[in-house]
Amino acid sequence: MISVQNVHKSFGDLEVLKGVSLDVEKGEVVSIIGGSGSGKSTLLYCINAIEPINSGKILVDGVDVHAKETNKDKLRQKLGMVFQQWNSFPHMTVLENAALAPRIVKKMSKEEAMEIAKKELEHVGLGDKLDVYPTKMSGGQQQRLAIARALAMKPDYMLLDEVTSALDPELVGEVLDTLRLLAEEGMTMICVTHEMGFARDVSDRVAYFHQGVIAEIGEARQVITDPQNPLTQKFLSKVR
Amino acid sequence: MDYEFHWNIVFQNMPELLNGAFVTLHVSVLAMLLGVVIAILLAIAKMNNTKFFCHVATVWVEIARNTPALFQIYMAYFGLGAFGIHLSPYVAVLSALVFINAGYLTETFRGGFQSIPTTQYSASKSLGMTSFQAYRYIILPQMLRRIYHPMTNQFVWSILMSSLGILVGMSELSGTTQRLQSLSFRTLEFFIVAAVMYFVITKLVLFSSSLLARRLFKGEI
Ligand SMILES: Nc1ncnc2c1ncn2[C@@H]1O[C@H](COP(=O)(O)OP(=O)(O)OP(=O)(O)O)[C@@H](O)[C@H]1O
Ligand SMILES: [Mg+2]
Repeated sequence: MISVQNVHKSFGDLEVLKGVSLDVEKGEVVSIIGGSGSGKSTLLYCINAIEPINSGKILVDGVDVHAKETNKDKLRQKLGMVFQQWNSFPHMTVLENAALAPRIVKKMSKEEAMEIAKKELEHVGLGDKLDVYPTKMSGGQQQRLAIARALAMKPDYMLLDEVTSALDPELVGEVLDTLRLLAEEGMTMICVTHEMGFARDVSDRVAYFHQGVIAEIGEARQVITDPQNPLTQKFLSKVR
Repeated sequence: MDYEFHWNIVFQNMPELLNGAFVTLHVSVLAMLLGVVIAILLAIAKMNNTKFFCHVATVWVEIARNTPALFQIYMAYFGLGAFGIHLSPYVAVLSALVFINAGYLTETFRGGFQSIPTTQYSASKSLGMTSFQAYRYIILPQMLRRIYHPMTNQFVWSILMSSLGILVGMSELSGTTQRLQSLSFRTLEFFIVAAVMYFVITKLVLFSSSLLARRLFKGEI
């Protein structure tokens, strides 16, 4: 379980998270929606310990993410993260991209790492691209590579930050299909997204972020189709 | 044209010319190695927030890049000589080349490093890599690809610039050529052969560099 408890986070004078609390159970898919600058990405970075927090607490399976004694590199092995910009490693083939972390972080043998990487690449539909260099692929394919690369570490949770926002419209579908597949397989996910249809259909719950707080959270279909908070209503009427 | 070419004397002196060429290569390789080491330190200093080191690096880079190589060799040989520090021609030329190489390569390294998006680092960290692993497997290999050709060019430049050694009596290829031609008065022959040797050396360097690049960087860039 991921448990975010009353987290405050500032960049200098700018308070970006103003007391955020959110519990995500194993197997659950939670989508985070909200306007630009509301702190959605920052929350994911804090969960992954890429950004420190000012106060509050984040627990992943009971481990305090920001405690001094926590081994953050080790913790991140549990938390797969995919970014808006796919960040493929351009100097490695698709297979090497996905096999690197299992090999050097989990210290697997080369064969074992390749095996797992290959399986995850097939999983996201890149089985025929193993020896291709990522820069030769479309954004959608690179984003699926990023997902496979994270999955190859066998994470317990996936944190996805607007993984379709930088894609050409015709490439969005293939990536969303991949995420849908993961959700069906029971992967626990927190997805920051602007795809309201995806949030409604794939996630269990949706949280609406507004200026650093969760203004509304509830069952996915209900929040998207029948929001209670006027702020959520206003936001949704704008993005539709 | 009534100049009569006499190549024999040149071929008789081939061992000495080859020896000069060896010294040329020797001083350039050494100047490159030392230059790279210093440039790494200067690049780190320039990106560092400690004012003092940053200033030292900036002054170094500015002088190295904006003054003629000839002056730097003169400074090392005659300039330091005036203060009682007498460097051999070899060491004077080496120091000047190291000084210039370090100056140029500092900017190459800094630019190469800054051209790698920081998101490559966060992506590495998010996979559980330690900082060391992120640099070792992701950042530095990409940086190496970007600085490889500028580094090769700098090396070729060093080889050609070391010919200024002629001015302080160094026995590299140009100095040796100068001495042999003045003994034999076959100026044109000696300088033509020396020019060919420079050409062959630099072409060999470029060729082996691109062979090595193909081995090191199998795929992209
Ligand atoms: N590293 C940083 N340093 C300073 N300010 C930052 C930093 N990262 C984010 N911010 C600021 O924090 C606020 C929240 O940013 P964040 O990226 O979390 O928003 P977001 O909800 O993900 O928005 P978007 O939909 O545009 O991605 C913004 O005002 C942003 O400018
Ligand atoms: Mg964001």
